[in-house]
Amino acid sequence: MKDPIIQLKGLTKCYGPQKAVDNLSLDIYKGEIFGLLGPNGAGKTTTILMMLGLTDPTSGSAFVCGHNATNNPISVKRKVGYMPDSLGFYDNMTALENLIYIARLNGLNENEILKRGTETMEIVGLSSALHKKTSTFSRGMKQRLGLADVLIKQPDVIILDEPTLGIDPSGVREFLTLIKRLSKEQELTVLLSSHHLHHVQQVCDRVGIFVKGKLLAQGNIDTLSGNLFSHEAHVVSFTLADVIPQPWSLQQELEQWGSVKQITINKKTIEFECRQVITPALVRFFVEKGYDILGVHQKDYGLDEIYQKYFEDIN
Amino acid sequence: MKSQPLSSPFSVMVHKEIADHIRSWRFIVLIGLIILTFVASMYVSLGNIRSAMGNANDPDRSFLYLKLLTTTDNSTPPFHVFLSFLAPLLGISLGFDAINSEQNSGTLTRLLAQPIYRDNLLLAKFVSALIMVSVLFLVLTLLMTGGGLVLTGVRMEPQELLRILGFLLICVIYVSFWLSLSIVLSIRFRQAATSALTAVGIWLFFTVFYQIVVNLLIRSFLPDPSFLTQDQILRYNELILDILRIAPNQLYTDASTTMLMPSVRSLSPMTMEQMAGAIPAPLPFKESIMIVWPQVSGLIGATVACFALSYYLFMRREIRS
Repeated sequence: MKDPIIQLKGLTKCYGPQKAVDNLSLDIYKGEIFGLLGPNGAGKTTTILMMLGLTDPTSGSAFVCGHNATNNPISVKRKVGYMPDSLGFYDNMTALENLIYIARLNGLNENEILKRGTETMEIVGLSSALHKKTSTFSRGMKQRLGLADVLIKQPDVIILDEPTLGIDPSGVREFLTLIKRLSKEQELTVLLSSHHLHHVQQVCDRVGIFVKGKLLAQGNIDTLSGNLFSHEAHVVSFTLADVIPQPWSLQQELEQWGSVKQITINKKTIEFECRQVITPALVRFFVEKGYDILGVHQKDYGLDEIYQKYFEDIN
Repeated sequence: MKSQPLSSPFSVMVHKEIADHIRSWRFIVLIGLIILTFVASMYVSLGNIRSAMGNANDPDRSFLYLKLLTTTDNSTPPFHVFLSFLAPLLGISLGFDAINSEQNSGTLTRLLAQPIYRDNLLLAKFVSALIMVSVLFLVLTLLMTGGGLVLTGVRMEPQELLRILGFLLICVIYVSFWLSLSIVLSIRFRQAATSALTAVGIWLFFTVFYQIVVNLLIRSFLPDPSFLTQDQILRYNELILDILRIAPNQLYTDASTTMLMPSVRSLSPMTMEQMAGAIPAPLPFKESIMIVWPQVSGLIGATVACFALSYYLFMRREIRS
């Protein structure tokens, strides 16, 4: 196994009696896209701030790229690009000036800065707005400039706090594709925090579910749903053309099938809970009996259900 | 690949801050105010310079350029007194939103996510404003001496130059005190308006109310002066003066007066015995320095204390936008 590039050990942060982050341990490996998923106020931002040394943990330690973020934040910040959730730029400067200022602060070679700045703006698709004041930028453009800001220092790790907040759906898709592409091209490790499940689902290799300061589960989406729902049945629902009469004559026959656990009938839809996947057999059965099937739906467990499930457990 | 940094983050930040100051309306307005003050007091003093130079009772009459800065016909205060209340305004307006405006616009998080030391940010804010102020004062003084040379054709004594530069230094230190105080307030308060108002409040307190409060308090427990000996009265006077000198503007006025008026021998009351035999003559530059040294070091001390406080408040603070 490779060495983790981000390693959190027993990280805890208290604000007075309230625990914002509770004994968090997490390993993130080089080149992966990790999604930190949780509702508002779960402690995602606090965790990120502790990784960058922008706030001190109450106990525990955060190692990023082999440096302790609390004692040695400067070395960490050299390797890590961070995009905060509420981005701000100097409004009296143009986009390129803003970018170049950050590049200079990172000690980039003065001769290359202009070229690099222009290139980075091209990567994020802002080359037409190079010399516009950032005060005229839309939310999506600011988000892109924020990404350029992160990329210009050529980091090993990028941390994005709620990167999809406030952008329109097509913008989100573009943005996430861009992140994914960059991560593959430049072997970047990406840590992405969000409360938006579908965005995380689109790009992340692994997901950590973070609620009330605790990491409840981590792994890829299949493992997570496997863990949660393995003891539960497969659910198939059929929609028929006609209303099913109550009581239904065929119900008895179906209930004698060994793999059917339960049948719920609601007007035109029938829901089967089964022990195995028997959808084809059920379809054949309906066709033979002369029913017109309008739709068959086999239930998948996505992040929505996973998320919901964990929230139920917490509450 | 990353190459050797050509300039340190600190100097990059100072550059950027200075550029921001120069472009800001705030600074232009302040420069306007100070130049206006300067021109007005120069105009008044040039009109009265002839009578001031001819005043045989004044031991300082041979110092034309110092006279230019201090002479007045009482219609406007002289330049150094004007500065004693304009300088705080300059310091406050350059520093009151140093940190909180960055925090409110969300740039602070972005800035501190870069590999820079936090204290470098504070120092860059402080140094850049100080450079602006020093350059401004230096330009004004050089303009004044140059103009004086052209207008009067009188040769400048080296001592005069030293005194004027000394005065300049005291002004800069005075501004830097208010600057560092306002930076502390900008860290403490999230709203720029609150921190500006608090700084102006402190300034008003020291310029207007402090003397009144001290007088009120002292008078309430001071014994009747008619029952005191000469010595005791002197001691009480010194005590009052010492308390008044807690106010930075008092320190500044004391120091600048001594610098610009070579005949000032002491800043505390003197007895008749001490005065006996003294010839009213200007002191050498070095002696004046000795007199103002406590004042200057007091101002520097206050500045450093404020800066240390800002450092303490800022270093371990959580940066969140």
